[in-house]
Amino acid sequence: MSDGHDDHGHGKQSFISKYVFSFDHKMIGKQYLSLVMFMAVIGGALAMLVRLQLGYPGMHSEFWAKLFPTGMASGVMTPEFYVMLFTMHGTIMVFFVLSLGPVSGFGNYLIPLQIGARDMAFPFLNMMSFWTALPGAIIILISFLVEGGAAASGWTAYPPLSAIRSAIPGSALGQTLWLVGMIFFVASFTMGGLNFVVTIINMRAKGLTMMRLPLTTWAQFIVGILGLLSFPALAAGAILLTFDRSMGTSFFLPHGMFIGDTLLPNSGGSPLLWQHLFWFLGHPEVYIIMLPALGFTSDILSTFTRRPIFGYRSMVYAMCAIGFLSFIVWGHHMFISGMSPFLGTMFTMTTLCIAVPSAVKTFNWLATLWKAKIRFTTPMLFALGIVSLFVTGGLTGIFLGTNAVDIQLHDTYFVVAHFHFIMAGAGLFGMFAAIYYWYPKMFGRHMNESLAKIHFWFTFTTYYGVFFPMHYLGIAGMMRRIYDPNTYDYLKPLQPVNTFITICAFILGASQIIILVNYFWSMFMGKKVESENPWEANTLEWSLPIEPGHGNWPGEIPEVHRWPYDYQHPDAEGDFIPQWVPPKKAVTK
Amino acid sequence: MAQTLTVPRSKGPDGPDVPPELGDYRPGGDAAMRKDTAKLGIWIALGSISMLFAAFTSAYIVRSAGEDWVPLAVPWLLWVNTVVIVASSVTLELARRAFENSRPLGFRKWLLVTAALGVMFLVGQVMAWGQLAAQGIYLQSHPHSSFFYVLTGVHAAHLFAGVIVLLYVLSLAMRYRLIPGESSAPAICATYWHFVGGIWLYLLVVLFYI
Repeated sequence: MSDGHDDHGHGKQSFISKYVFSFDHKMIGKQYLSLVMFMAVIGGALAMLVRLQLGYPGMHSEFWAKLFPTGMASGVMTPEFYVMLFTMHGTIMVFFVLSLGPVSGFGNYLIPLQIGARDMAFPFLNMMSFWTALPGAIIILISFLVEGGAAASGWTAYPPLSAIRSAIPGSALGQTLWLVGMIFFVASFTMGGLNFVVTIINMRAKGLTMMRLPLTTWAQFIVGILGLLSFPALAAGAILLTFDRSMGTSFFLPHGMFIGDTLLPNSGGSPLLWQHLFWFLGHPEVYIIMLPALGFTSDILSTFTRRPIFGYRSMVYAMCAIGFLSFIVWGHHMFISGMSPFLGTMFTMTTLCIAVPSAVKTFNWLATLWKAKIRFTTPMLFALGIVSLFVTGGLTGIFLGTNAVDIQLHDTYFVVAHFHFIMAGAGLFGMFAAIYYWYPKMFGRHMNESLAKIHFWFTFTTYYGVFFPMHYLGIAGMMRRIYDPNTYDYLKPLQPVNTFITICAFILGASQIIILVNYFWSMFMGKKVESENPWEANTLEWSLPIEPGHGNWPGEIPEVHRWPYDYQHPDAEGDFIPQWVPPKKAVTK
Repeated sequence: MAQTLTVPRSKGPDGPDVPPELGDYRPGGDAAMRKDTAKLGIWIALGSISMLFAAFTSAYIVRSAGEDWVPLAVPWLLWVNTVVIVASSVTLELARRAFENSRPLGFRKWLLVTAALGVMFLVGQVMAWGQLAAQGIYLQSHPHSSFFYVLTGVHAAHLFAGVIVLLYVLSLAMRYRLIPGESSAPAICATYWHFVGGIWLYLLVVLFYI
């Protein structure tokens, strides 16, 4: 950026200005990642408890009674506690892990490095963005400790459950804190998105045209726009919901509701209105989570197949198309809400259109992989995992996007299976791929490759083990969010499947300890990086010195001479030409 | 770094078609670019704020189809407030011109007048709420009144932020930190202020004439 932000402008920084209130996008990215890992552990633990109940419903344990004196007072999990568990699992994972990780974490870290900028366009805003997200996360965590427990109306916070304070224990203070936490999150994410978009439009290095951007940065650019346009709808909904909860208005609350024997004074409000506002954010949010992972996949596949990504332009256009379509498909979350079937058909058509750009991306990846000499590093394994999850989850999306079929499958475990593959799976694997790929750049050390591979194989196999059987559960009629499937006779024969899923889930959860250990152990004990470009990649961040300062490049910012996928180029002496190498004098190490 | 760029088209099997002249090359780190960046930033932020009001509008339209909808009469004070906010945009424009023509005293004077008009508008809005409350129309009375209070409240919050920004720019001006032709703060501040004024006119139409 400006003079103040190159290396020379910064003398010795204090601990506070370097590690706490840092303006440096690299440090802010790492701060986000630390927060995300902490939240992921909490969110994962909640999922384990959910699976404990579903795998062994009604299990009695004195140990749990001591650990959760309210939720499992008699040693058996209460339904209220269960409802809170999956609500907070969804909230924490969707917003504080899968959005903050790939977008705020890696977006902040990578964008200036990949476009050749000294920092983000608004470094102060960037710092504020982290220091708004953190209180949001803390408020969400504190909500576990208040009377009545945390919110329990699902991660979608549908009224009336979320709007009437006396509806269930979680509707009281827990839901209020949920809303406050979300407002903090929205503020943080909007500040971040503003920074992303302005930085990418305005601060690219000399020679870096939009059509020379790495696909990771393209994805972050589109994500920034999606966030800026969709999160305000959630903010509007949250403001109206707060008024309904606290001030006696009836935006979302209809006439004739009873709590116990008391008739509520509300009239005329529409719970559906909340669903429209929520899903106007909710669907773009799915792509906010997924697009960065798709960008990472493209860059990583290209690096480790040593080939240009197939169909770069079509990849860019496909991501733009997905981003645009994500704003006109939200109704497919509401097919059985009583909306006009004609409107439902329109939403089906727009939804199925997304299959086209998604297929373009998939086939481009397959074409990149076709007959390539693949280097099977851990980031590459995870990128291949994303391709697999994207196909599995994408195909079930066609079922759910079709309103006639969705009427049968809506709110069953088929939906849970679908979004854990496509959104959660792609997002999570994207984050893993990114951690393994950019770790040497972030910390100047390598992660342990054997541990990393063990982590991949355990994660990949158990991920399918957990979520693939859920398709069958859903088709067999097991409903989502059910506390005890054995309540219904027709679900009783499915119990062995649930137990199997739970065992796989426990292994999946336990395998994440491997990456946590590897991440922190390698930070101090990992093998030191010897070259600034250990993967022999082309994008600009690999021209950075091993230990970069705040201004990123010590001297001048490198000039960009080519697109980021010049692998197997006829001019190359090796098999790649990085973006910063001028034409004719192509030199590789 | 070489100043003349001759970049051939990429030769990859599916290389992007990059024109050699590099139309959007931008020099790094000069004042012109910072100004550009700040201006782009405010326009994008305005896009995001527009979406907030668009979401409220769609909620308003959906809810106004309800059977319990009782239309509200315009409190007459709102017309006074509308005149005040339009006038504030005019005075801010005068301030901006004074700034660009290097008349620092005029700049500060008009900036102060604008901020005062902004505060007047906020006070006027609170009085309009008082007018309604005096008639027994409260936030929870009926859906139209609920929307009236919420939307004017959200708008007032944005205008309040605008007043803070005006005072900040004024403080910069008092400390001789703004350079005509270089500093973009006055222009950015004006863009935001006109936008918030425009939102008020929009809300007036949505709340009472749709």
